[in-house]
Amino acid sequence: MLTFTLRRLSLFIFTMLVLTLLSFSLSFLFPGDTVINHSGQINATAEELTLVSNSYHMDKDIFSQYGAYLSHIINGDLGLSMASQSPISNEIMELLPATIELSLVALLIAMLVGIPLGFIAAINHNKTSDNVILSLAMLGYSIPVFWLGLLAILVFSITLGWLPSAGQISLLFEIEFVTGIQFIDILLSDSPYKWQAFSNASAHIILPACVIALAPATIFIRLSRAAMIEVLAASYIRAARAKGLNFSQIIFRHAIRNALIKIIRHVGLQFANLVTIAMVTEVIFSWPGIGRWLIESVYQRDYTAIQSGLLVLSCFIFIIHILTDFIYAALNPLARGNNHGS
Amino acid sequence: MNYKSALSLVIVVLAAMLTGCNDGNTLSLSERSIIYCSEGSPDSFNPQLSTSGTTSDASSKLLYNSLLVYKGKNNSLAPSLAKDWHVTRDGKKITFYLRQNVNFHQTSYFTPTRTLNADDILFTFNRVLDNEHEYHQVSGGHYPFFHSVKFSDLVENIEKINEYTVRFILKRNDSSFLANLATDYAVILSAEYGQQLTKSGNQHEIDILPIGTGPFLLKDYRVGSLIRFYRHNAYWQEKAKIEQLVYDISPRETSRLTKLLAKECDVSSYPIAHGKISERADLRLESVTSLNIGYFGFNTKKPPFDNKLVRQAVSLAINKQALIDTVYESQAVSAKSILPETSWAYNDETPELIYNPIQAKSLLEVAGYAQGFTMDIWAMPVQRAYNPNAVTMAKLIQADLKKIGIKVKIVTYEWSTFLRRLSLGEHQSFLLGWSADHPDPDNFFSQILSCSKGSQSNNRTFWCNKEYDELLQKALETTKISERKEYYAKAMAIISDEMPILPIAHSKRFQARGSNVKGDIMEDFGGISFHHVSKVSINPPKLTNQTESLDTEVN
Repeated sequence: MLTFTLRRLSLFIFTMLVLTLLSFSLSFLFPGDTVINHSGQINATAEELTLVSNSYHMDKDIFSQYGAYLSHIINGDLGLSMASQSPISNEIMELLPATIELSLVALLIAMLVGIPLGFIAAINHNKTSDNVILSLAMLGYSIPVFWLGLLAILVFSITLGWLPSAGQISLLFEIEFVTGIQFIDILLSDSPYKWQAFSNASAHIILPACVIALAPATIFIRLSRAAMIEVLAASYIRAARAKGLNFSQIIFRHAIRNALIKIIRHVGLQFANLVTIAMVTEVIFSWPGIGRWLIESVYQRDYTAIQSGLLVLSCFIFIIHILTDFIYAALNPLARGNNHGS
Repeated sequence: MNYKSALSLVIVVLAAMLTGCNDGNTLSLSERSIIYCSEGSPDSFNPQLSTSGTTSDASSKLLYNSLLVYKGKNNSLAPSLAKDWHVTRDGKKITFYLRQNVNFHQTSYFTPTRTLNADDILFTFNRVLDNEHEYHQVSGGHYPFFHSVKFSDLVENIEKINEYTVRFILKRNDSSFLANLATDYAVILSAEYGQQLTKSGNQHEIDILPIGTGPFLLKDYRVGSLIRFYRHNAYWQEKAKIEQLVYDISPRETSRLTKLLAKECDVSSYPIAHGKISERADLRLESVTSLNIGYFGFNTKKPPFDNKLVRQAVSLAINKQALIDTVYESQAVSAKSILPETSWAYNDETPELIYNPIQAKSLLEVAGYAQGFTMDIWAMPVQRAYNPNAVTMAKLIQADLKKIGIKVKIVTYEWSTFLRRLSLGEHQSFLLGWSADHPDPDNFFSQILSCSKGSQSNNRTFWCNKEYDELLQKALETTKISERKEYYAKAMAIISDEMPILPIAHSKRFQARGSNVKGDIMEDFGGISFHHVSKVSINPPKLTNQTESLDTEVN
């Protein structure tokens, strides 16, 4: 397990180095002054700019510039947003939790819907229900998310009026910012309207989370179906059946647990996919998350925000990958022998 | 407990959270609050500093009061913070008697120790007038409205007679002076708050964390996201009916429409899809004819428009009704002159230009342009109430002018570049407009066409007529309405004859709201007011023993 951990750690460090190198070079590739792109100080006076320039070692060679850039990042200084002139690290700390919340809820929905459906399809392999589920999965996978999001708003918000179309919670509720995860903040707050706020926030998250969940859910259907078919064909299932175990005993005691292990690896991979979908969805549903912020930064040519935002987001996704690798390793001892990163 | 019972427990709890908790609390919270979908973020909360409608919508009538207000159908002046006023016979000394026991806002950042008195009036206006005033340069030192009415040239001095009496001493008689004091821009600030900020060294906060006497106080502002107001419970007039007012800042028109249709906002500014909104029984579309003018102007310093005949010919060749039907979707009144017909100074005898391409063609021949010519039209790039789509309008004009042999090139730039280049006079003709700040007719005549304004002028036609300017000056010097009316009628006749601009339309300002929202919001001039707005519940509120209310949370 120690070798496994060290392997993952070194992989993490080297990937991060490559990512910072990329974001460092972005400052040179974007139009405008490199120091201003690094720091986002667009309104600085000449003296202030000299100070900033010194702190980034702009007068020295490129390697020491990169070193200075790295030390800024390690100290949590990602520069100022060119658009709002507030520190990017603050903005990200406020916005990232909203994205995490939305993605986690979406992931949960995708797993709760996708995996059981996949199992049902596998158990009824080559029967009508299998074909129906597979075709639905194919259909769901092919629907573009921006179209689905708009359609969901049109049907559920405008025509039926069931669910709200924009934002995280009705603006009437004042929830103090503690963790940034809305549900936790609501529970921590002492508002007299706590439970109302909670149900309001739940109503707000349903539409965007379901829209995000659709594509990953279809992937989970196919993954879990394949995993289950493989498990059901294994000899230990045949042995269990020969011992006289009934159908539900075989499925619930043996097949599901073994099939789930095969799926858990892919959860991490799907999370990256899911965050990408979430970025588009956040724009459609005016969700105050990092995806919407990043897309707005692109519109506003806020180069500092683009480069730091990309760095933080890719770092975040990478950490999720490593975490799922660990969970997989913890659940499946066979994987621990696999020393090489994947 | 096995997993099945755990799962069913979770489902029950979730269901309870989503549905079961409607105990009347939030019902009443949303009933006591209004969400307004606004079109942009204000620059500050001080309307003195800006002529932007977004800023005055979010501040003037919510956070502040002015000395006087407009009231009634004909917009006569009525008392507000000044309970009475007196003008001397020569019109040069104006005394205001202030209302007593007017409370300023008490917020988390300021607790007033006294009520409104003469010091606050002096503080407010000296900030604008006196270059040496400690707050004059705070937030840039630009007071565009006061600059445009030449306030500092007009006011000689402001005297404090006693605690509740102030006197303005003017250098000359100006009949629009009182009207200017009743605009959205002449709001009264707190002198005590100013002193507190000076002491703590946070002078710039005076315009960002505002203190006023208005019906609402600022609770929270997040740029680009929301503004939260609470009711001012110690308001000197009747308290506002709603306890909380939230501005949901939604710059995209489609998102304002979606939120309105999905009931996420109660009121929406500048809605699109008027037909769709009027169709629905639960929504109401409303409009006020605001005092504005959209016009087509000619650069009278550049050929061929230095020739009066060419200006007249082009004006005759434009089918105004088609422009109103297409660009304004028939939601505007055709303009006969620059002054809207609702103004008291409007002269009914002003002749209206009738669309007549044949006469236009013959006028062109007389002017020596029988073969036609090529010209450019500068179309403004932004949407305004007075011109919702200038580029489309330019294309229609292009088609009209083609019929009399004039080739048109349409020019447009990004808004600030557009205005800068216009002021340099690079254009031949342009589409622009004007929204009045107050009902005094002078606001139209001198802002759009007088030549006295020099480089800071709003006059992009560069037309300059001595007789016209003299008429305007005379009209300001007299207080007799009938005399003023005569002068303005003559001014209108000069414009109709000289044709420096072709007036196109007086448009309406639109707003949409849920039909459960009662009370007037839009006013004829400038800002919006939520003072008299209330919400009628669709479901009658259930009895509740909840005693907390927003009142206790203020501070």
